[in-house]
Amino acid sequence: MSYRVIVLALITMVLLAGCVTPVPTPTSEPVAATATPAATPTPTAPPAPGSRTVTVMTHDSFSVSQPVVDAFQARCGCQVRFLKSGDAGLALNKAILAKGNPLADVFYGVDNSFLSRALAADIFEPYASPALADIPDELKLDPSNRLLPVDFGYVALNYDKKYFADNNIPIPQTLRDLTQSPYSGLVVVENPATSSPGMAFLLTTVAVFGETGSYTYLDFWRDMRKNKVVVADGWDDAYYNQFSGGSGQGDHPLVVSYATSPAAEVYFADPQPAESPTGNILPPGQTFRQIEFVGILKGAANPDLAQQWVDFMLGEQFQADIPLQMWVYPARKGTPLPEVFVKHAQVPTQPAAITPEQIEAGREGWLKAWTDVVLR
Amino acid sequence: MKQRATLSSLLFLFPLAFLAVFFFYPLVLVILRSFAAEGRFDLTPLLTIWAETYFRRALWFTVWQATASTALTLALGLPAAFVFARYRFPGKRLVQALTTIPFVLPAMVVSAAFMALLGPRGWLNELLMALFGLPRSPIRLQQTIWLILIAHAFYNTSVVVRLVGGFWAHLDRKLTDAARVLGGSRWRVFFEITLPLLLPAIIAAGLLVFLFCFTSFGVILILGGPQFATLEVEIYRQAVTLFRLSDAAVLSLVQMGLTFVIMAVYSRAQTRAAVPLNVRSAEETALPAITWPGKAFVGLTVGGLLLFLAVPLFSLALKSLALPDPLRFYRELFMNRSSSIFYIPPGLAIRNSLLFATLATGLSLVLGTLTATALARSRGALGRWLDPIVLLPLGASAVTLGFGYILAFGRPPLDLRASPVLVPFAHTLVAFPFVVRTLLPALRGLNPRWSEAATILGAAPWRAWREIDLPIIGRALLVAAVFAFTVSMGEFGATLLIARPEFPTMPVAIFRLLSQPGALNYGQALAMSTLLMLVCAAGFFLIERFRVGEIGEF
Repeated sequence: MSYRVIVLALITMVLLAGCVTPVPTPTSEPVAATATPAATPTPTAPPAPGSRTVTVMTHDSFSVSQPVVDAFQARCGCQVRFLKSGDAGLALNKAILAKGNPLADVFYGVDNSFLSRALAADIFEPYASPALADIPDELKLDPSNRLLPVDFGYVALNYDKKYFADNNIPIPQTLRDLTQSPYSGLVVVENPATSSPGMAFLLTTVAVFGETGSYTYLDFWRDMRKNKVVVADGWDDAYYNQFSGGSGQGDHPLVVSYATSPAAEVYFADPQPAESPTGNILPPGQTFRQIEFVGILKGAANPDLAQQWVDFMLGEQFQADIPLQMWVYPARKGTPLPEVFVKHAQVPTQPAAITPEQIEAGREGWLKAWTDVVLR
Repeated sequence: MKQRATLSSLLFLFPLAFLAVFFFYPLVLVILRSFAAEGRFDLTPLLTIWAETYFRRALWFTVWQATASTALTLALGLPAAFVFARYRFPGKRLVQALTTIPFVLPAMVVSAAFMALLGPRGWLNELLMALFGLPRSPIRLQQTIWLILIAHAFYNTSVVVRLVGGFWAHLDRKLTDAARVLGGSRWRVFFEITLPLLLPAIIAAGLLVFLFCFTSFGVILILGGPQFATLEVEIYRQAVTLFRLSDAAVLSLVQMGLTFVIMAVYSRAQTRAAVPLNVRSAEETALPAITWPGKAFVGLTVGGLLLFLAVPLFSLALKSLALPDPLRFYRELFMNRSSSIFYIPPGLAIRNSLLFATLATGLSLVLGTLTATALARSRGALGRWLDPIVLLPLGASAVTLGFGYILAFGRPPLDLRASPVLVPFAHTLVAFPFVVRTLLPALRGLNPRWSEAATILGAAPWRAWREIDLPIIGRALLVAAVFAFTVSMGEFGATLLIARPEFPTMPVAIFRLLSQPGALNYGQALAMSTLLMLVCAAGFFLIERFRVGEIGEF
């Protein structure tokens, strides 16, 4: 009859697991530090100097160079630990789920498409860093200073220069051009449901064509479908497997990527070519600007170190390191750009106009409509 | 006997405790939390979801693509399993190692391998275009259901070859020889003797393949394209992009409920199909092909298998060699050009991958053996209910479970959220159902009279197990070890992890390289993938050389 014992044990375990559930909802949430920037450190035993660790939760694309981290560690007399937690969306959701008992002190990598979700979840502590003085106001999207801009980039169409030269096809000048017959079967986009540049491009089309009027964003996507647009799951698949330009192995000469990708094609080639094999299409008002933010997590174990790290991220040294590590632009005014950026990356004259609030309110509906129009 | 049964049932508590802590507890937490998102418990999403078209479409597609993939995999794998079980031929071990390699490759790398071969600018298309003067590539499999099926078969054929082949190798030739002497035709003997005896292993392999395809994510998205959405893909969309946890939880529950039902049905079938056998050693039953038709059959099957499984791997490896200077990308792997703090030296990645794989293999072998032993002994209600439960991790959504880990492991004594300890545990969760599935047919086929005889002759239970059971299930143990090792090397279950630990592995290095554009990044990713294949092949060889007691010699 031993199996009865086991079945009982199993049921007890499952039930126990169930009973434990209400407990994790923290009854004593740390309310000590509300809005005062000079937050009192949590009453943990102060470890010996040099052994404290500030933990930075971030997405998988984050990168920084070793000397820059070393400089910070020397300055603060502490260690930095990075927790890479999946793509930008997944990492943020994990941080939200861990609310009240955060995984880290700082979270870096909320972008403007997720800004409203992050702020509404109330997981960040306000911090008016002195370094904000050197950041342009147009990048500061959170007046409460819970999320501070660190860098920005542009989600843009890249084209394969060789294909257009060989086939004598004019390079498309606007998004609307992509629906025309010369570009039939040439365009690769990412699925907005699984890819952040894919979502950014969908948002661009919403900003450009609008939801009402004679030609809406859905009309555009219907035409794109008729024009045999290829939808890939993620950026890596779209770029490496479908795109024909540069290091792409596919046979489609137009892809949704980043405005710095042509520069990366030069930088990561051996030998480096004088001119990039790919180019940007940057129609004014038709390119999405992705701004990435950093914030101090509520209930952080080391709020003082967290503030130091945020100051450091917005400071000269870290900002100058950003371009070649993450292939985006530093937010801080007057940060020198590397030569490869100056020569091979272009900045659009004007980004697409869409606010984080509009994005959060519209995302689900747009995604659903897009899926029905393009994939079904 | 009775005492022995009780003891093994008690040992079964270890795997159950493992599942309770690392599977059921986080799962229950996340599901309860999902249904109480707005403060009060609300189960309506569980009912309303059935009205959603996306859900019904995903459900239908998930089931049928998994069924079709399993059928294709079995069709390809069974002849190969026969050849591996019954024939000796030169290079057998190498071919066997090659067939298992696809299993460890990330979907993006498999996609790159297929691209190199079948893509619009792949070798086959360029060859055909050159031969027939075609303007456009004739083979266009990208983003079709065919590529999903082919890729699933590519990944899983080794499951069939190893599981069924391993079992087949132990079937006594005398049974079929006798039937042939008595006048049975080749086909009749196969259908009336061999097939019924093999059924438990075929069912086990089919079940694993089905479940793998059922929860498939990367293959569907990358090779099939976004127009194909399985339940797992929808879970990701709901949980990550939309952050609608209640819908994600409903989808995960449906996915797991289906897994449970399928498993319950199969495990009953398997219990009935199992017949105690007088097993023979694999070396004894495999003979070299002598007749011409035999030789042709072996040649064709092995050749076909190599063409299907090894050629894409070779084309990947070839592509990792740069043209003027073949080792260019490999040397680049050792350089940290951007002095990034996240640079992963290849040696370190290999070391970490092997470390985690060794731990996960050890843990899943221990837990799996305990479970399978207990399951094989009890043919009653225990087996009927616990067998499917043990396999549930394979049907669980990794994203949902990962969220559960955040809720479950945030406080002492289980403050593991960002701990590297979680890595072997997460891998074990996926690997250990494989071990159980692999061992069960062998254990159920054990003739209980042998160990009974040993006990009567005075052997202690432990000694009887070590000297009778262990050598006989030895081969299945090796196969199980290979699978556990592969699951861990391929980082299955990695999405469960809350954060990438400080110990980066080879797949992590590949993903890092593929996240930025540029020929050097792509080349290095291919080079690292090739290293991953080589390390795995070396691992398989080592595992297969491993001999516990007199395995293979009895």
